Amino acid sequence: MKCLGKTMFGRQKKIPLNFKIGAAITGIMTLLILMSFVYTPYDITKMDSASKLAAPSFQHLMGCDNFGRDIFSRVLKGMENTFVIAFLTVVIGTAGGVMIGAFTGYFGGWLDEVLMRIIDVVFAFPSILLALVFVSIFGTGRYNVVAALGVAFVPSFARIVRGEFIKYREMDYVKSARLAGVGTLRIIFVHILPNTLTVLTSSIMIGFNNAVLAEAGMSYLGIGVQPPDASLGSMLSESQTYLFSAPWYAVFPGLMIILLVLGFSLLADGLKDPAAG
Amino acid sequence: MTKRGKSVLFVSMLLTLTIALGGCAGDKEAKGSSEIAQSQTAAAGTESSDMEQESAAQKAEDVADSHITIGIPQDLDSLVPSLSQGAGTQEILFNIYEGLLKPDSEGNLVPAVASDYTMSEDGLTYTFTLRDGIKFHNGNPVTAADVKYSIEICAGLNGGEPVISAFSNVESVETPDEQTIIITLKESSSSFLAILATVEAAIVPADADDLQTNPVGTGPYKFVSRSLQENVILQRFDEYWGEPAHIQDITIKVLADSDSIVMNLEGGAVDMVARVSTTQAAELGDDFEVLEGTMNLVQAVYLNNSVAPFDNELVRQALCYATNKQEILDFVSDGKGTPVGSSIFPAFGKYYIEELNDTYPTDIEKAKELLAQAGYADGFSFTMKVPSNYHQHVDTAQVVAEQFKQIGVTANIELIEWEAWLSDVYQGRDFEATLVGVDASTLTAGAMLSRFCSDAHNNFINYNNADYDTAYANALAAEAASDDDKATEYYKECETILAETAANVYIQDMCELVAVRKGYAGYTFYPLYIQDFSKLYIEE
Repeated sequence: MKCLGKTMFGRQKKIPLNFKIGAAITGIMTLLILMSFVYTPYDITKMDSASKLAAPSFQHLMGCDNFGRDIFSRVLKGMENTFVIAFLTVVIGTAGGVMIGAFTGYFGGWLDEVLMRIIDVVFAFPSILLALVFVSIFGTGRYNVVAALGVAFVPSFARIVRGEFIKYREMDYVKSARLAGVGTLRIIFVHILPNTLTVLTSSIMIGFNNAVLAEAGMSYLGIGVQPPDASLGSMLSESQTYLFSAPWYAVFPGLMIILLVLGFSLLADGLKDPAAG
Repeated sequence: MTKRGKSVLFVSMLLTLTIALGGCAGDKEAKGSSEIAQSQTAAAGTESSDMEQESAAQKAEDVADSHITIGIPQDLDSLVPSLSQGAGTQEILFNIYEGLLKPDSEGNLVPAVASDYTMSEDGLTYTFTLRDGIKFHNGNPVTAADVKYSIEICAGLNGGEPVISAFSNVESVETPDEQTIIITLKESSSSFLAILATVEAAIVPADADDLQTNPVGTGPYKFVSRSLQENVILQRFDEYWGEPAHIQDITIKVLADSDSIVMNLEGGAVDMVARVSTTQAAELGDDFEVLEGTMNLVQAVYLNNSVAPFDNELVRQALCYATNKQEILDFVSDGKGTPVGSSIFPAFGKYYIEELNDTYPTDIEKAKELLAQAGYADGFSFTMKVPSNYHQHVDTAQVVAEQFKQIGVTANIELIEWEAWLSDVYQGRDFEATLVGVDASTLTAGAMLSRFCSDAHNNFINYNNADYDTAYANALAAEAASDDDKATEYYKECETILAETAANVYIQDMCELVAVRKGYAGYTFYPLYIQDFSKLYIEE
């Protein structure tokens, strides 16, 4: 990471403020998410009729929902679900995007033409619409959502990586590597790919943000994480009914979505902006 | 910090603040909590008819441009009465179409398209007299030929399968003159008149080109337009034979997202929603009145009796023992609702056996024992499909899943669209378990019980029990012999068999809360799954 940091911030010593804030928010959120894998204060499906729609208190930091389930625990679990889905989505999107982008960008020609036109078609649809179509064919559930969103995210990565490869493929060091008889795959993945990392990293972060929002949107529509499991999006949807009598039910999941996205946005912003803030 | 960074931060903070403040403001409003007005349930409803007459008198001059928007949880599956399936569809079509007879708000059958009828001694021949001067919405008079056509479609006499299985009993339909229709049955049946009164058996014009796009009936409201998944617009039919409706225009709005019902009501997008949950009702402010009745259905975890492990009676019984109905009512509807133990709900009166509700008192140990006997000592997991548009079912499903967990059984809830439920679960029978409510289109026992005969076309749970089939056949035979007591006995036997073999995990007849904006009145509860819009009126 040290070497990465150097290339990203160049000679500049001072780390931008928004990067620091982003890192702090993301750090805290990541810790909470990691914690949720092993521990939540309450069982997230444990119902308790005595504390239906209870207000936030020391026992229930964020209050309780309409079944008396602890919202803090559900928010933690929801963040975990959202995070896992967004993460896997970005992994699929990046892997697919890098593959397609690298080969089309490096080789050009008819392969480039054909694949990029297909990518254009996919890109023309909003990702959430594509995912909806996918889910209506293959059914609801978190892994279908991951697959659907992942595929929908491929085009944006493919375009970025392709652009970078077109830029680098005619560079002198690539030409000399080629003359020295280095294999094509090695040139693509060892010589060129690392140079695209700066751009790729910030687009991964932006992609992650979009994936968080897309997951929240899909769960909000009831086709992502299924009840009684929690997701920030489905919690927002369920809480809508109680917006007036139990505002905390809606506020905390909403706040967490904002923080997740804000943290990563600031990080990405700090990374791609070498000029001092 | 860059300009961009600052603006991102600023906008985010603003958003956070807005949401937090919005929440505070809302809290204050909720303090003026809505009252839940007690209205008479249909079962005890002699008083309501007096009230209606009063209101009719008071509302003699109906406002010319009166209008109401009514929210429904799903789009209509068909506008052709004989093809309609969902109870939610038929309750709306009730306002457009009428049969020879129709149910009134106490469940009695009253003449509609027919003004009069007589039944022969042997119960095989029914003679109907067409109502004088009755007209279709398109202005054409209803003729005996239209009636013949409509009944023959239902009975499949024009070739093809009977659309309604109970109509396969129809031998012939004759029209000796313009005003008379004679229906002859193969066997006498005490429930035939009730079936004639269902929306499916509505009278439609014989020359209608396409009822699906242009429905024409004789009901108090006529169809104006429809926008798929969005709305259906109705208008008062001024040449209606009976007491005309009060409100002129009705927009029926599809609110497939159940979580948005409160928003839609509070925001003024809809004026009335039948079947809101208790929590939704509690959210509504002073602008609304919440009426309470019963929903007249049997909510249950319907189990596909032909797939493992639900083909094992012990497993089904174990699930019943694991279920705590009272707890479900407490969580989902603040204790409102009537627990039921079989496929008959209380409005059925003489057929309803309250004791069946105690067949499976909550007993976790017993449930575990039964599971162990069945070879599932470590439990199992299954998928429970729940239509996502029905808030109450989704809530109930979550509580039930939690209860099943106590005996090591995992119910994975899968929310599906209502259309998918109809095609996959109800018709395709492609499911393990589903949590829904099953209603009756008539108050005859057959309306609830016929579907559990092993060869019934709508036996979507694939229930197969020889004793049941025998008891049901006996009931039909007793009915044919006009021995009502005997028939009731056999129907009760059927009910008991369903309970004892734990055909499904029976839960409750849900309480029906109807949210109506103040200013509108006249909502009438029926002992059947019916919404009668013609009785609604606008208060002075």
